[in-house]
Amino acid sequence: MSDNTNTLRELTVQGLWRNNPGLVQLLGLCPLLAVTGTVTNALGLGFATLLVLLGSNIVVSLVRNLVPSEIRIPVFVLIIASFVTVIQLLMNAFTFGLYQSLGIFIPLIVTNCAIIGRAEAFASKNAVIPSAIDALMMGLGFMLVLVALGAMREILGQGTLFDGADLLLGNWAAVLRIELFSLDTQFLLAMLPPGAFIGMGLLIALKNLIDAKLQQRQDQAVGITRARVTGAAQ
Amino acid sequence: MSFKIASSPHNRVNRSTANLMLLVAIAALPGILVQAVLFGYGVLIQLLLAIVTAWAAEALTMQLRKKPVLPPLKDHSALLTGLLLAIAIPPYAPWWLIVIGTFFAVVIVKQLYGGLGNNLFNPAMAAYVMLLIAFPLQMTQWLPPASLQSDSLNLSDAVCAVFSQFSCSGFSISQLQTGIDGISMATPLDTLRTDLTAGKTLTESLQQPVFYGIAGAGWLWVNLAYLAGGLVLLKLNVIGWRIPLAVLGSLFIFSTLSWLAAADSNPSPLFQLFSGATMLAAFFIATDPVSASTTNKGRLLYGALIGFMIFIIRKYGGYPDGVAFAVLLANMAVPLIDYYTRPRTYGHKAKGTGK
Repeated sequence: MSDNTNTLRELTVQGLWRNNPGLVQLLGLCPLLAVTGTVTNALGLGFATLLVLLGSNIVVSLVRNLVPSEIRIPVFVLIIASFVTVIQLLMNAFTFGLYQSLGIFIPLIVTNCAIIGRAEAFASKNAVIPSAIDALMMGLGFMLVLVALGAMREILGQGTLFDGADLLLGNWAAVLRIELFSLDTQFLLAMLPPGAFIGMGLLIALKNLIDAKLQQRQDQAVGITRARVTGAAQ
Repeated sequence: MSFKIASSPHNRVNRSTANLMLLVAIAALPGILVQAVLFGYGVLIQLLLAIVTAWAAEALTMQLRKKPVLPPLKDHSALLTGLLLAIAIPPYAPWWLIVIGTFFAVVIVKQLYGGLGNNLFNPAMAAYVMLLIAFPLQMTQWLPPASLQSDSLNLSDAVCAVFSQFSCSGFSISQLQTGIDGISMATPLDTLRTDLTAGKTLTESLQQPVFYGIAGAGWLWVNLAYLAGGLVLLKLNVIGWRIPLAVLGSLFIFSTLSWLAAADSNPSPLFQLFSGATMLAAFFIATDPVSASTTNKGRLLYGALIGFMIFIIRKYGGYPDGVAFAVLLANMAVPLIDYYTRPRTYGHKAKGTGK
C-alpha cells in the first residue's frame, strides 16, 4: 500500500513539476507557443492533449507485450492518431467555436512529442494503472503550463481573462470573462509568436529560480551531514 | 574594463569603457540638435525620458542581482542605449512607448543576458524592433519637418504632445501630421516605397513637398550631422573604420546597381545614403563593440551584411526603415562570421584553422 502511494506521489511530482513536459522536457512546444493567445484556447488544447495522452498511454500499456519492438513506433502513432481523430470529432460536434479557433492544432496533437514520448518512455514498459496515472499527471502538467502562458499573454495582450470561455464550456460560461483593464492600445507583442517565446523563457526562468531556492533551503536543512558526505575524509 | 588603443608601442592611451561610451554620446549631440531644430523638441523630451528610465532600470536590475549598483551606471552604457532608442523613435510618440522600450532594452536584452558585454543583440535596436512589432501605429507617427508643418510646435506643445498625444492647443497627432498642403505625410522613405509599390514612378513621387532637397526635407541635414559626429569618432579612434565603411559601401553599391538597372523605380544612391537612419546606423549603431563582429575581416563582412539588408528591407519590406532589422539579423550572424574569419595567429600558416 505504502509502495503504491509512493509511486503515485513520485509520478505526480514528475509530471507536474520535476519532469514537466512543457517546462523541463520542452516537448510539444509548437502547440504550446501557437495556441496560447488566450486562456480558453490554452485550456481547450490542454484538455484535448490530456485526453489523448490518457487514452494512448492506457492502450499502449495494454498492448505492450503483444507488439514486436521493431514496429512499436508506427503502432503507437496509429493508436495516438485514432484518439486524436475521436477528440477532433467530439470537439467538432460539441465545441464548434473552439474547434474553429484551434484549427490545425487539433489534428497536430498526433505529432506532439510529449505524447509519443510518454508512450515510448513509460507506457510501453509499465502496467496499466501507473501508465494511466503518468498520463494524467503529464497531461495536467502540460495543461497547466499552457494555461499559465495563455493567462500571461491574454492579460498583457488584451487585458482580459477567459475571453471566449463560452466557446469551450457552453453559453453560461460567458460570465467567466474578466476584464482586468482596458487600454486604447493593445500590447500586440504578447499576442504574436515572439511574445510566446519570451513568455515561455520567463516561465522556465521562474521554475529554475524556484528550484534553486528549494535546493538552497534543503542544503541549509541538511547542513553538516552533507559536508561529510561530499568530504574526502573516511 | 579598459581598452588599450595604441598608435605605436611607445604611445598608449588607456580609454575606459565609460570614456568611450561618453564620447559616442557626445558625438551624437550635433545630430540630436539638428533633429530637434528640424523635427521639433519632442526628441529632447524622449531623450530625457529614455535616460531616466535607462538609469532606473539598470539600478533596479543590479539591485535584484545583488550586485553593486553604481559601477554600471557610471560606465554610461545605459545612457547610450537610452539615447540611441530615443533618437530612433518618432519624436512625438507617447511617453509610455519610450519607457517600455528602454526598460525592455536594459532589462531583457542586456541584463538578462548577463549585463554589459554579454548581450547578443544591440539593446537599442532590439527594443526598437519590439516596439515596432508591438505598437506599429505609434511607432510610425512621424511628423513632417518643421518647415512643412501647418502648425509649428513650441516646447510646451511638445511636452503636451508626448504626454497626452494632443498639443496644448488641442490638435491631435494625426492633425499635426498634416502638412501645409493639407496632406498627411509619412517619412520620405515610407512615402517613396508606398508610391513605388503603388506603381508610380520615382519622378512622379518626388514631386511631393516631403521630398524637397536631396534626401527628403530635413533628413539630409540630420544625416550630415550624424556623419560629422561619426567622423569625429573615427578621428579619435573610438570606432574603427571598417564597419562604417562596409555599411555605407555595400548600401551604396547595391543601391547604385538597382538605380542603374531601373532608374525610375529605385531611389538614387544619394537618397539612400542620406535619408532615414543610414548615417546613424553606420557610425553609431553598427559599431556597438559588444554585439558587432570582433575580427577585422569579420567587421567588413558584418558591415556589408547590414548595408545589404538595409537596402533589401527598404525596397521590399513593410516598415519605415530597415536599419533595426538589418542590425539584428547581422547580430545573429556574428558568431558564425567570427568563427570563419579568425585571424592567423603568430607562428601558424595562413591556411586552415589552428594548424
